[in-house]
Amino acid sequence: MQIIESGNVAAALGVKLARAQVIAAFPITPQTPLTEKLSELIESGEMKAEYIPVESEHSALSVCIGAATAGARTFTATSANGLLYMHEQLHWAAGARLPIVMCVVNRGVGAPWNVWNDHQDSISQRDTGWIQIYVNDHQQIIDTVIKAFCIAEKVNIPVMVCYDGYILSHTYMPFYLPDQELVDCFLPPHKSVYALDPEDPRNINTVTLPEARVNVHGVLAHGYMELRYLLQEDLRKSIHTIAEVEERYSEVFNREGGAYLEEYRCRDASYIAVSMGSLSFQLRVAVDALREKGIRIGVAGVRLYRPFPDKAISNALSHANGIIVFEKGMSYGYMGPLASDIKSALYGNVNGNRKLPFVHNYILGLGGRNIRTRDLIDALRNSCKEGESTHMSDTLKWSGLKI
Amino acid sequence: MTAKTTILNLPEEEFVHPGSRACAGCGLGIAYRIGLKALGKNTILVVPPSCLTVLQGLYPIATTKMACINVTFASTASVASGVLAALRAMGRKGITVACWAGDGGTSDIGIQALSGAAERLEDFIYICYDNEGYMNTGTQRSGTTPFGAITTNTPILGKQQPKKDVPAILAAHGIPYVATSSAGYPLDLYDKIRKAKTIRGTKYIHILTPCPSGWGFQPKDTAKIGRLAVETGLFDLYEIEDGKFRLTGRSRSMVKKRELVPVKEYFMLQSRFQSISDDYIERFQKEINDRWKRYYNEFSQVS
Repeated sequence: MQIIESGNVAAALGVKLARAQVIAAFPITPQTPLTEKLSELIESGEMKAEYIPVESEHSALSVCIGAATAGARTFTATSANGLLYMHEQLHWAAGARLPIVMCVVNRGVGAPWNVWNDHQDSISQRDTGWIQIYVNDHQQIIDTVIKAFCIAEKVNIPVMVCYDGYILSHTYMPFYLPDQELVDCFLPPHKSVYALDPEDPRNINTVTLPEARVNVHGVLAHGYMELRYLLQEDLRKSIHTIAEVEERYSEVFNREGGAYLEEYRCRDASYIAVSMGSLSFQLRVAVDALREKGIRIGVAGVRLYRPFPDKAISNALSHANGIIVFEKGMSYGYMGPLASDIKSALYGNVNGNRKLPFVHNYILGLGGRNIRTRDLIDALRNSCKEGESTHMSDTLKWSGLKI
Repeated sequence: MTAKTTILNLPEEEFVHPGSRACAGCGLGIAYRIGLKALGKNTILVVPPSCLTVLQGLYPIATTKMACINVTFASTASVASGVLAALRAMGRKGITVACWAGDGGTSDIGIQALSGAAERLEDFIYICYDNEGYMNTGTQRSGTTPFGAITTNTPILGKQQPKKDVPAILAAHGIPYVATSSAGYPLDLYDKIRKAKTIRGTKYIHILTPCPSGWGFQPKDTAKIGRLAVETGLFDLYEIEDGKFRLTGRSRSMVKKRELVPVKEYFMLQSRFQSISDDYIERFQKEINDRWKRYYNEFSQVS
């Protein structure tokens, strides 16, 4: 069935279809309509779940941590400063290996206050050990929310589904509503590795020493560093799991999608524009315009940001002459984090005399600054021309800046 | 509670095993051992960083045999809310969820989550053990450190502000049960926890747990100090049940017998009060006398 709804409602319906059992949330723009919808679905009896209206985002994720440790399927959502307020609990949820799913409705962070879209909120949480997936439209929102529970529960790592505030959250688009029976078949009820149980008492997440230590039976248990190593190992392995889940989803629901990145006119491209979120769809328009002018250019939208699918990304990009990365976030004091990651991924693909593509990095759309397709076309054209002559990578450019 | 528990009918089963990492004479150690007996096996504990984290031991060895989740400092009451929600969602009944946090984790960094949970009337027992400072990090002042107490960040003059009245803050939320207790009267604590288990909604129990190393007294004197705090009228034992205040235990019998020990005796036994002047002690004594005058008027007639 196809319906027309907002991005936030698409997310809420995904959570309902996934049969989340405990939902906790605190209002923040532009996420609020998502969890309002969930409270409505639960109060009306359409959805069977516990809704905990907490007093802060820190508590929202804390409720999910408690509920997930007790074995329930849990969900929360937030934006911007709400996500930053959760920061401590983000690390905790990943360290405790809890399969929590959270929607991050991307918004610029203060100061100064700003409620409009960019990616600084989730980008600045990339090192917390969560899986981060960025989506481009309403169909991807609802599908990815369902897939996110499946991924999280397979690998015991929490998942963030990130989508653009207002551009996706508050716009209405048609999308297919997955069939509940098929979702139930795709995503069976959650069975956690260990759920808090007085019959099997354990002291969870207690102080763990620098050195591994034997338990009362003389068996060597992990130290802190082993547990952290396993998180990293499992995150790297999850790159394959995420592709498998994507494949199964497309089999069941007959919808194609790239688990790692979505390529558009990239096959024969000499230049590839790269971005995350809805911007990659806007870049397709710019690419079409430049193709008409004879420039062989394509666009790759990165879907999976953490764990970073470096091999897939480097394979997709390294054949090009130049890569132009457009980002709505910064690693302040250096450059856009995605550009930085792409450069690092390409370096892993160095072989012999092969020349690496140049990488240009544009920062744009911060705090909701309007991104004009005309500016994207100009930026791409300039980068192609400039890169051709100098082949320099170390340039950070700002697009749409009025200073 | 009609039948009072005595040492003769206290359950023998131990949940806190010997060999804990608590300091000698730890007031928490007394309260925790008796408190877990009252909570019973069918309990899930939620514990933020505090001396209790140390007491419970280091992975993979635990002093206690209880399902327990260690959580971040500010999240105790919210994590407990999440555990409760999961138990409801999964249809698991008959499990008591109890938070066990220190005074800093309750009155300072944890108060927002606790206030939110109390306002939602979450069905847990929240136990605050009050050693009147951040003892685990080396005796810094907290919201419940009393006036005049020397701590490592009020090192010369002592704390210049009065103790935060956390039970009153919780009572103002309109929760069904608030009680105070002292490590000097562990059986009183036992009975209050047992009672809390029978009540639906948020239950708050505030225990004074004297700390030999932080307060500066001999480890053998923990129970004595815990009792003296009550007998001088500094720390009253009471319950607020459905909004109704009543003195309990030793405080109740003190009203009948009108026997208030001079507060100076309490201060003299602890080196943390060495900066406190006689003027202040007099002021304290006057505050106590005034409050107890009210108690005499209100509660003398009640049997």
